[in-house]
Amino acid sequence: MTRWFPDGMPQPLADSEAVAWWEAAAEHRLVVQRCTDCAHTRLPPAPICPECRSDGSEWHEVSGRGEIYSYTVVHRPIALDQQVPFVIAVVALEGAGGVRMISNIVDADPDELSIGLALEVAWEDMSDDLAIPRFRIVR
Amino acid sequence: MTEPARRAHLVGVGETRYTKWGKIGDVTEHALACEAIKKAVADAGLSMDDVDGLASFAEDRNEAIFLAAEFGLPELRFANMVWMPGGGGTCAAVSNASMAVETGQAEVVVVYRSLCQGQYFRFGQGGPPRAAPPADAPPPTVQPASSMMLASIGFTMPYGLLNAAAAYALPTRRHMHLYGTTTEQLGMIAVTFREHASRNPRAVMGSRPMTLEDHQKAPMIADPHRLFDCCLESDGACAVVVTTAERARDLAKRPVEVLSSAQGTPKGYAFGPFSNANIADEIYATGGCESMAKRLYARAGVGPADIDVAQIYDHFTGCVLMQLEDYGFCKRGEGGPFVESGALAWQGGSLPTNTHGGSLSEAYIHGLNHVVEGVRSLRGESTSQVEDAEVCLVTAGACVPSSALILGRR
Ligand SMILES: [Zn+2]
Repeated sequence: MTRWFPDGMPQPLADSEAVAWWEAAAEHRLVVQRCTDCAHTRLPPAPICPECRSDGSEWHEVSGRGEIYSYTVVHRPIALDQQVPFVIAVVALEGAGGVRMISNIVDADPDELSIGLALEVAWEDMSDDLAIPRFRIVR
Repeated sequence: MTEPARRAHLVGVGETRYTKWGKIGDVTEHALACEAIKKAVADAGLSMDDVDGLASFAEDRNEAIFLAAEFGLPELRFANMVWMPGGGGTCAAVSNASMAVETGQAEVVVVYRSLCQGQYFRFGQGGPPRAAPPADAPPPTVQPASSMMLASIGFTMPYGLLNAAAAYALPTRRHMHLYGTTTEQLGMIAVTFREHASRNPRAVMGSRPMTLEDHQKAPMIADPHRLFDCCLESDGACAVVVTTAERARDLAKRPVEVLSSAQGTPKGYAFGPFSNANIADEIYATGGCESMAKRLYARAGVGPADIDVAQIYDHFTGCVLMQLEDYGFCKRGEGGPFVESGALAWQGGSLPTNTHGGSLSEAYIHGLNHVVEGVRSLRGESTSQVEDAEVCLVTAGACVPSSALILGRR
């Protein structure tokens, strides 16, 4: 079980809408919310489709592949014992209808990063109930 | 249209000392707010008994109802807080005060902002310092979010996206990718504002000159943001007095008219890149202010070419650059060459900007000091005065739901 970040990292905060997303994550399933009326996809989860205002939605599992939409190399730690620098990225998810998410890129030299680079999910089990989807470069 | 006699004018400005964060510990944050409010009211030639409205923004800890009681205001007829988060609401607070006086809800409204970051927490760190979890701490898990804001950042915090320097690096990095914007161009913004601060006795960094080389050698915080791309973290307070044209006529200082004001949040923007990875591609690498800027100009009956001086919210250099494009001073993607040309300089620049030094070099008072400087620059009182300035653009925090003002003297 690979760990990249310490336990002291901020824990996810979720309203009742988002709990199911983290439950899927705990099973290493990366999902986006999809409107059952117009198929528009969204993340984070929300009660209403912003395109057709339908309140019908389902979870759509994506491949876990994607690419860098933007990124920053952060040189200040957030938690004690955290290794710096670390990378925060906006990841455009494949097969997710254009949905992006914030995540980290792990096992990468900051100098090799560039926008458009292909990524794949790398799950970090923080505990039995909490897995965080981070990403690594497809090599 | 508002009848001319009730048109909103800015008639008084005031501020306390500005310091590095944590240096004001001898008075409370609300006492500091009171000091700035008193000075602004005195600057206008008004009495505290004339004040019947208070307006603020950014989840102000210093509630208007308590300030009104402390001051013994005869009656608080208008108390208002803006929804735009953080510094995005600065100009909206002035806008709301303006609407209050223009509609007769109140006669004299003071907009105020006081920050003692040492007494609470440093914004730059994105919250209280985190301690190591105790050895017997329960394993990390999902925690309940008690507000929409927390639910929103709940999807970004686990990745360590907690401070603004990292959040606004994301659109800036993409801007560099799309248009070839360089770190030297970002540095030009910081160096220019520092030069302006050198003449401003209030500026926290007034006696600390900076060259482009200094900027390039500064430690990296969140790539591409080096230390000097990030605004100061400050303690201090300032205030602006808003009243009607009729009332403004016989006050102490030359009144400055609010030619137009606007708030703006694009579709799907929410809190902007701080917590939203899904901002539309067309506006991701922008300040998010373009459509608001068009409304703002139209209402004032002016365009970018008519702006004599600008006070642009500068939490980060990249956000300034993207705003320059949003507000039409150059084409999209051309902000880099525009600032490189020296456009923002007090003397010789086509758009003298942040003549007080801005949040990068005067102080970070959530941008209300930019409104104060906007007033001074139209009164002829700036320490980097633009000759014969008649129209000033003031913007609030960009890359979040934002607001802006066009001020004028006629
Ligand atoms: Zn829909």
